[in-house]
Amino acid sequence: MSLAAHLAILPVVIPALAAPLALLAMRRRRGLGVGIAFASCLALLASALALMGQVSGGTILAYELGAWPAPFGIVLVADRLAALMLVLTAVLSLIALIHAVVTRADAKGWHFHPLFQFQLLGLNGAFLTGDLFNLFVFFEVLLIASYGLMLHGQGPARLKAGVQYVVVNLVGSAVFLIALGMLYALTGTLNMADMGLKVAEVAPADQGLLRIAALLLVSVFALKAALAPLHLWLVRTYAVSTPAVAALFAIMTKVGVYAIIRVVPQVFGEGAGAAAWVPAPYLLPAALVSTGIGFAGVFVARSLSEQASYAVVGSTGTLLIAVAGWSAGSLGAGLYYLAHSTLAAAALFLVADVAARRRGDYRDAGTPGPAFAGRGGIGLLFMAAAIAATGLPPLSGFIGKLLILTSVAALPGWGWAWPWSWGVILGTTLIGVIGFARVGSAVFWKTTEGEAPAAPASRADLIAPALALALLAALSAGAGWASGYANAAAAQVLDPARSAAVVLKERAP
Amino acid sequence: MTYEFLVASAIGVLVAGGIYLALRARTFQVVLGLTLISHAVNLFLFASGRLVIGRPPIWDKTVSAYTDPLPQALVLTAIVITFGMTAFVVILALRSFLETGSDHVDGDRVPCDTQDGMAEDGRAKGGEP
Repeated sequence: MSLAAHLAILPVVIPALAAPLALLAMRRRRGLGVGIAFASCLALLASALALMGQVSGGTILAYELGAWPAPFGIVLVADRLAALMLVLTAVLSLIALIHAVVTRADAKGWHFHPLFQFQLLGLNGAFLTGDLFNLFVFFEVLLIASYGLMLHGQGPARLKAGVQYVVVNLVGSAVFLIALGMLYALTGTLNMADMGLKVAEVAPADQGLLRIAALLLVSVFALKAALAPLHLWLVRTYAVSTPAVAALFAIMTKVGVYAIIRVVPQVFGEGAGAAAWVPAPYLLPAALVSTGIGFAGVFVARSLSEQASYAVVGSTGTLLIAVAGWSAGSLGAGLYYLAHSTLAAAALFLVADVAARRRGDYRDAGTPGPAFAGRGGIGLLFMAAAIAATGLPPLSGFIGKLLILTSVAALPGWGWAWPWSWGVILGTTLIGVIGFARVGSAVFWKTTEGEAPAAPASRADLIAPALALALLAALSAGAGWASGYANAAAAQVLDPARSAAVVLKERAP
Repeated sequence: MTYEFLVASAIGVLVAGGIYLALRARTFQVVLGLTLISHAVNLFLFASGRLVIGRPPIWDKTVSAYTDPLPQALVLTAIVITFGMTAFVVILALRSFLETGSDHVDGDRVPCDTQDGMAEDGRAKGGEP
């Protein structure tokens, strides 16, 4: 078979090979390890783009591992949504890697590059798999790698936050396994497409168990997505992580969102009988609350990185407001906003780091300090990132929020819900603008007396945030194409019968 | 029926104990609680293929009825993962205690209070500088 036939598994295989190679090379030659990491990220980007090219016409690729047929073997499924997430991960990883290497953050510990590759392995696997237990395994892979990356650089603050992060996620994993056990006991399968067909046949006496399993599963995904009231772990963790790592972690909450988007329509969709759309009514209130909490946090945050962490919570909430509509229009708007908010959050973390590196002891605290080198330029970068994160024109945040607002207003059956959504989204945008303006003017505008901290040797660390902002500009310029792709991906996700027909071949009706 | 009752109550007791310990303030108790919860989860996963006694999970010429082999494979995976995670969280809790001088999960430096019942232990370990 040619390489093209194995395209669907390349995003999993490439980092799996690169991680041990980087581990071996890093011991003696750092340059070689860095080279391997970059080569892997570029190859991931190329394979993700090739995969996107293959599936953008609407075909769904099902890759059977070991050629075992679908409900029995593990299957990887590549459709438009999976390809979108893969491209996003590859782009983000490249930006984070550039920043880590340029700022030499990767030299502060032993195993940055291998852990980084394992993190990508877990992320890509989670986006591709069509099997629920396999999804659990890839979640664990990405979590184990993220524990290592989060603690990279060490120090008491990271260890403190690390213990909480690990404990919370261990509890999440246990709940995930309980939900999986219940679903397997009820349906006798772990393949998502197969389970979508089997849930309709669950006996009436077991409907209660099925509902509990659905809610447990979605609450685990909500924990990963940092949806209120399960968001408390995020801010402490992200705010103390190495900035390049925090930029990569911007995609981690989106894994939870992705899992909700993937599993709910496919397993608990129209065909699920009494358990159809069980998690749906809880999603909108939780999303509204986390949007409010996130942007309130942006308003009161004491440092740039803390502010960026709260912006992650708020933007995930906004995204889930759109997802909670469960229609092609609102989900498409949500997917466009997903791509935007990931890049915007990464840009915020990177700009915070660039400022912190120049401010000496003030780091990224939201208080005025002595004038520092490159204040104007970095201030402009921060302003652009803040404009993107809050959703002001001309960057893609504005387009994303506009799409969400219009699609939500058109939803049938959202009579009382859409004014709430409009109020929360528009109100939090205002709060976010004020919050960013307050901290931004304190850091970049006001100065106090005192000796200016020494300027860093090079300005190369501006590359990564500038790259993230350039991508946001490209996302705004190409908004027509991007939102068209997002709408097509949403329509494909909401039509699980087609993907089930591809995955299960002869068994599907 | 009796086996089901036994396994179900064992899982229930383990989860109850695990939740109680996981909500305590000190990292060691939380780690113990997580271990209990993961034991319960493994038992639960094992039972998700129905409780069958005295039947083989893999093909055999002489028998016609089998137990479900898939949950056994799932449990094996889950055990390996939770084992690695538990080892990691033990080391992490230890490092955190040694670097921050506190074994509280929220990282606050709280003097060992007597109502916790751990006062002697805390001092004996040299928890307070």
